Formats: sequence, structure tokens, C-alpha cells
Amino acid sequence: MGKIETHVAAPLDTPFTMGGETFRSRLLVGTGKYRDFGQTRDAIEASGAQIVTVAIRRTNIGQDPDQPSLLDVLDPQRYTILPNTAGCYSAFEAVRTLRLARELLDGHNLVKLEVLGSQATLFPNMPETLMAAKQLVADGFRVMVYCSDDPVQARMLEDIGCVAIMPLASLIGSGMGILNPWNLRIIIDEAQVPVIVDAGVGTASDAAIAMELGCDGVLMNTAIAMAGDPVRMAAAMGQAVSAGRNAFLAGRMPKKPYEASASSPTEGLLD
Amino acid sequence: MNVPISLNGQPRELPAPWHIADLVADLGFTGKRVAVEVNGEIVPKSRYGSTGLVADDRVEIVIAVGGG
Repeated sequence: MGKIETHVAAPLDTPFTMGGETFRSRLLVGTGKYRDFGQTRDAIEASGAQIVTVAIRRTNIGQDPDQPSLLDVLDPQRYTILPNTAGCYSAFEAVRTLRLARELLDGHNLVKLEVLGSQATLFPNMPETLMAAKQLVADGFRVMVYCSDDPVQARMLEDIGCVAIMPLASLIGSGMGILNPWNLRIIIDEAQVPVIVDAGVGTASDAAIAMELGCDGVLMNTAIAMAGDPVRMAAAMGQAVSAGRNAFLAGRMPKKPYEASASSPTEGLLD
Repeated sequence: MNVPISLNGQPRELPAPWHIADLVADLGFTGKRVAVEVNGEIVPKSRYGSTGLVADDRVEIVIAVGGG
């Protein structure tokens, strides 16, 4: 008898489309807190991410202008560079920052809006976030927005025209994981635009849980950059997002807390 | 005649009423990925050569840096 050869690939996923663009990877990554640009580049490469978020800051006047800059390492032809408003505490600052970013990136208008409301917790200031989102959408930006996990305000952001809703799963940089899966589920069930967990993931299983809930993607930075081996963790995160997505699409078995069910036949046992 | 401006929040004297292109060149940023704002208004790259700086202009020059 010949060997049975099987080549069963995982069935194809629906494309991840956001703001009119289609992406292969559902993992989005930040570029902060790495040891150096080499590690940044290697980790992002290992993660398989296509969308890479960057901050906008004043140039360091007096520094050697021939030093490589982040966008020398991350080619905007290869990656979708997602400028963010990290560190902005008002709608005014956030809008100003993203207009500069659009100029910096030759008119590229897919952006990550975050307006913070607390230096201790980095929780978003939602009234300012809503105000900034309105202005940015009116100004032609495609806005992905960091927000609280409040389904009502998530709906408001969608109604304004944001192209992705990005609730926190726990505090930015905390690594505490998915603390309120129930709120996330409500947001996911109601949203017509992609929902991306943005903040709180600590390790690969957190990313998988987010995707199993039905999130369209996960955005993270610290969980990779502050791992013992960032490049290896980046690879793990890419796999976890992919595994979680496949598990969501497959549909998990029902939970039966009080009912064991043997997987082996009950007949043919030796006496 | 020196021209006092503010550059990224710091006082700076230009040796003459420069255009933005002169300042960008002086800082070594010609051809680099930067964006420039003067008095809160973005100046597109195409206008660096034609936009003059005058006394008390507030100039901001930004780049992309690592962040999440």
C-alpha cells in the first residue's frame, strides 16, 4: 500500500480591508522602545506586519543630520507607515501633528489618532478624540482611532467616519492582556468597520484571544519591544494573530463544563 | 541684519532673511523626510524655495521617530 500524502492548507481568509486598502497581515506594530534601528527592523520583519506606526517629533537640532532615521530603516514603499499622535492631549495638537505627518509622508492619509487624557493611565480623552476625528475626517484623512472600550463611543467614532475602531484591551504598555472581553465583543458585534485591539497585549496568547473574540487585527509595540528576545516574540505574535484568526473562523467547540466526552471508542476494550 | 526666529521652540538668529530652503539646507535636512510648519501653517516642500522667513517666525521641523 502506498503512503497517503495529504496537503491540506488552511482555508483562505477573507481579505483584511481597511480604508479602501487590503492587507495580508492582521498584526500591526509600533516602532518604539527597541534597542536600536537594527532590532526595530528585524523584529518588524519577523512579525510579518505590513502596517507600522511611527510617532512625529521635533527634529533634534544640532544632532548629526547624516545619522540614519527611522524611515531610512522602514521603507515607506514596503510598509504602510501609520503616523500616530502619541503624546497629544488635545484635539488641536493631534490634528496639527497629523497634518505635519501627511506632509512628511507625501500625502499619505491613513493615520492613527489618539488623544490622551491621563499621564498616569494613558486613557484616551474621548470628547477630544471625537472632536479630532471629526476634523480629520472632514480634512480627508482615513482615521484609525484609539479609544476606550465603550461601545457607545465606538459607535460614535464609526458614525463620524473612522475607518477602524481601536479600543484598548488594558492600559498602554501594561502587558495586562484582554481585561474586558465582553465589551470588546459588543464593539465587534456592532461595528461595520474593522475593530483592532490597540494596547494591553502582553504575550502571544493575549493576541490569540483578541483574534478569537473576532477582532480584525491587533496593534502592539511594548509586548514585542520589551520581550526578552524581541525578534522571536515578533514571530510569535505573527503566529498568534494568525492562529487566533483561524480559530475564530473555524468556530470553537461548545464548552461543556460538567460533561466529559471520551475521544476514544468505548467498544473493543480488553477485558 | 540678523533675523531672530524660533526654531523648534528655541531662539535662533538667521544671518539674513532666508527662505525655508536655506534653513533646511543649513541644518543638513535637504532631501530628508522632514515636514515644516511656520506660524502654525504647513509649508509644502514645493514652497521651501519661495517661502521667506521674517523676524519672530515660529518654525517647527518634525521627523518620524519610533513610537507606538
